Amino acid sequence: MIFVDYIDRAETTATMPTLCMHCSEPTCALVCPADAIKQNEDGIVMSALKPRCLDCRNCVNACPFGVPKYNSAMHLQMKCDMCYDRTSEGLMPMCASVCPTGAITFGTYEEVVPKRKTKPVNAHVFGNQRVETKVYLMLPTDAEEVEVDGCGVFEGRVAVEREEGRKASWLETQVESSDNRNEF
Amino acid sequence: MSKVENLERIIAEFGPSLHDAPYGGWKADRKIDKVVPTHCPYCAVQCGMNLLVENDHVVGFEPRYDFPVNEGKLCPKGVTAYLQAHHPDRLKHPLIKRNGLFERASWDEALDLITAKIKELRSKYGNDSMALYSGSSLTTEKTYVMGKFARVGLQTRYVDYNGRLCMVSAAAGNNKAFGVDRAANPWSDIPLSEVLLITGANCAETFPILNKYMWEQRDNGGIWIIIDPRETPTARQGDLHLQLRPGTDVALANGMLHVIIKEGYVDEQFISNRTNGWTETREVILEKYTPEYCAEITGVPAEKIVQAARLYGRAKTGFVLHARGIEHHSNGVDNVLSYINLVLATGKIGAPGRGYATFTGQGNGQGGREHGQKSDQLPGQRSINNPEHRKHMAEFWGIAEDELPQAGVSVVEMFQKMREGEIRGLISVCNNVMVSLPDTNKVRESLEGLDFYVCIDFFMSEAARYADVVLPGTAWSEDEGVTTNGEGRVLKINKATEPPGEAKPDWWIVQQLAKRLGREKFFPYTHSREMFNELREASRGGTADYGGISWERIERENGVFWPCPTDDHPGTPRMFEDRFYHPDGKARFHAVEYKGADEKPDDEYPLILTSGRVVFQYLSGNQTRRIKFLVDQCPEPYVEIHPETAKKLEIADGERVKVVSRRGSGVFPALVVRTIRPDTIFVPYHWGEELAVNQLTNPALDPTSKIPEFKACAARIEKVASRQLPILGQARQGTSLNEAQQGK
Repeated sequence: MIFVDYIDRAETTATMPTLCMHCSEPTCALVCPADAIKQNEDGIVMSALKPRCLDCRNCVNACPFGVPKYNSAMHLQMKCDMCYDRTSEGLMPMCASVCPTGAITFGTYEEVVPKRKTKPVNAHVFGNQRVETKVYLMLPTDAEEVEVDGCGVFEGRVAVEREEGRKASWLETQVESSDNRNEF
Repeated sequence: MSKVENLERIIAEFGPSLHDAPYGGWKADRKIDKVVPTHCPYCAVQCGMNLLVENDHVVGFEPRYDFPVNEGKLCPKGVTAYLQAHHPDRLKHPLIKRNGLFERASWDEALDLITAKIKELRSKYGNDSMALYSGSSLTTEKTYVMGKFARVGLQTRYVDYNGRLCMVSAAAGNNKAFGVDRAANPWSDIPLSEVLLITGANCAETFPILNKYMWEQRDNGGIWIIIDPRETPTARQGDLHLQLRPGTDVALANGMLHVIIKEGYVDEQFISNRTNGWTETREVILEKYTPEYCAEITGVPAEKIVQAARLYGRAKTGFVLHARGIEHHSNGVDNVLSYINLVLATGKIGAPGRGYATFTGQGNGQGGREHGQKSDQLPGQRSINNPEHRKHMAEFWGIAEDELPQAGVSVVEMFQKMREGEIRGLISVCNNVMVSLPDTNKVRESLEGLDFYVCIDFFMSEAARYADVVLPGTAWSEDEGVTTNGEGRVLKINKATEPPGEAKPDWWIVQQLAKRLGREKFFPYTHSREMFNELREASRGGTADYGGISWERIERENGVFWPCPTDDHPGTPRMFEDRFYHPDGKARFHAVEYKGADEKPDDEYPLILTSGRVVFQYLSGNQTRRIKFLVDQCPEPYVEIHPETAKKLEIADGERVKVVSRRGSGVFPALVVRTIRPDTIFVPYHWGEELAVNQLTNPALDPTSKIPEFKACAARIEKVASRQLPILGQARQGTSLNEAQQGK
């Protein structure tokens, strides 16, 4: 349940992974009519409990990060649960285990932050909604929070102005559609 | 003789078809019988991984956190590698082509047929009418046996390997400058460097796990200088990007050396104590290669050349890393030597954080080029032209010296000789010439003109379709042996399962042939350990000395770096700490002049076409184009075009265009991106037949290394009328054009 997107393939080869941010107050759980999405004692937001899930897909539509996916063949909501099967046995999640560059790193705040020259940020502002997350972004700025709709944090670092009417490159569209195809 | 008919049936039967589940499907309640620690089958980082085995089937993997090179990390190819072991496309039986169709045969039938054909050709045309073309994704034991089989079994001079398309320019440059062919430093030296100079190497996609070390270096405050015509994912992360015109590396490196000399960053003491040839080199550089002159040739602004020279020159520690981008040229060896000049002039070698390395492409690219499957080489990096070396190996193998064939020719020349009729029969092992050789239309001609063609592989490659006999070999998880990774670390590949069906290890196959040719006594093996012990003895006293390396030591020490002559020798992670490998112990400068690519753009073909790789596919794609997760991410080649060029030609992003060179053409979707130079276009190379960029590339060879010029040829782009489009309404489906046309 991780997605890697080109930020703007026409301009740059830069990519960005999206994984579940494990919100302190998860929107997906708040909108779930069946209370099927639970947090464990560490604050990790788990996948919907299968017996309770109503297939309503509120979580898919409500998550501000676009993380939960719905597998129609299996009638099952799925999202990253930080590899509960691994982390509960003391192993790292698979994404952080194999990430070649350490772009995705698993560890406590105290372990990771001193090793990096970047600033840990875990507050995200989506218009009127402010979300705090267990997962931190390591940013090359001194911003206190990420303003997602205004792209405030990235302004001046990544060009976001687009020419009038320009569309995303076909490669971006292709990656997105293959992410959707890979329901598993 | 060897034409491809009934292509649809061959594809329907042998793929490539897409596979996306482990053996038996996705299950949560697997009973794992054993966990086998081994290494990835793909690139030369040779990441450690654990294979999970259930009931003699590889069903998954676990990161091998305790292996120091990758610490559990893997790229997308590595993560999905286990899916090839029980892929439905696997070849399970010997196949003989009859009336254009592959029919199942028994081993005896197939081997008897091959032997009869070999004997027939040899009696008619002599021993040199047979050729063997091998590969470097094999274990070192197998590569040793392939070289020995060609010279002692087939008794032909014509043997070569696919590192000819990969490592030979670096190898030749290293041999000329240092007297040995190996990366100078272990990768653990990278984080100790102030500056990385990465040239012609898109390691973010082609050597992904090396980025672990590179980011450690960056977290230590290090800087990256990237030299590449494209803003690759590697260049995008760098601090200074010199976006040069393809094929102009000598000018760029010489320009940097000019600044280094002028501004006084040379290490005079190192030069006088440890090198030869500085005076001539200095003269050539100072005379002509000013930054302004070089800026004109390379298209890189003079200030950037100066800036790069200062960054590298002033730093106390630095590491030069290069790969195919500079080596795949008709002057590839010159390119390598010009960057080595920078290393030697500043004395940045032979100490912690002061290093030099080249990236090996194939998993065993290093081991595969050490023990005698190269056209001019004998085991232990010995030379077949050196009378002493010949004598040593002839004695070791128990043959008369005059029985040992003389040097052969490189693979591109071998295929030329097939067209000329001098070579009439070919055995190819572990390669896919219809994707990987330049000018594939000519390659097809060579294969079709052969009297007899045998292909040993574990999937039906594009080249295997042309064969008269296809023999099923083993995947990497079905045999054991050693490989040597890109830093010179000898590693152990372990066996997880038995091969499927009647598939057999590649060494067993050539051993059976040798037996039928009456050469049995030279190939008395029952297990790959015996081959290892033989090659270990064969290499003793050579440059690449494996004398002190045993399988047990490798496992115990997480790999051993050669040279390692004795059991108590610790191995040699860092080379050149006190001496280089020339007889006088000194390194050599080479005064290299800029020549440029063999084919330069003109009015008819105004663009420079360059080729390369993507992270989701591996080399000729024979393994990775069958794994759905990888194909989903990169299903087909495309052509990168700069928006300015696209605007001039009125090409829209995603539009299919025809790319044309003097040798051929191909239709690819346009990817209009600002990350490439306006005068350059790029196509990734992992596909065959109609999708091969190698229909267009130039087979011009480097005079020393005989590497073809994959990285620069003249080309133009034509618009395609919609009725000429090869795939209508089926864009980007299936793994090949043929499949897409069938609507698969």
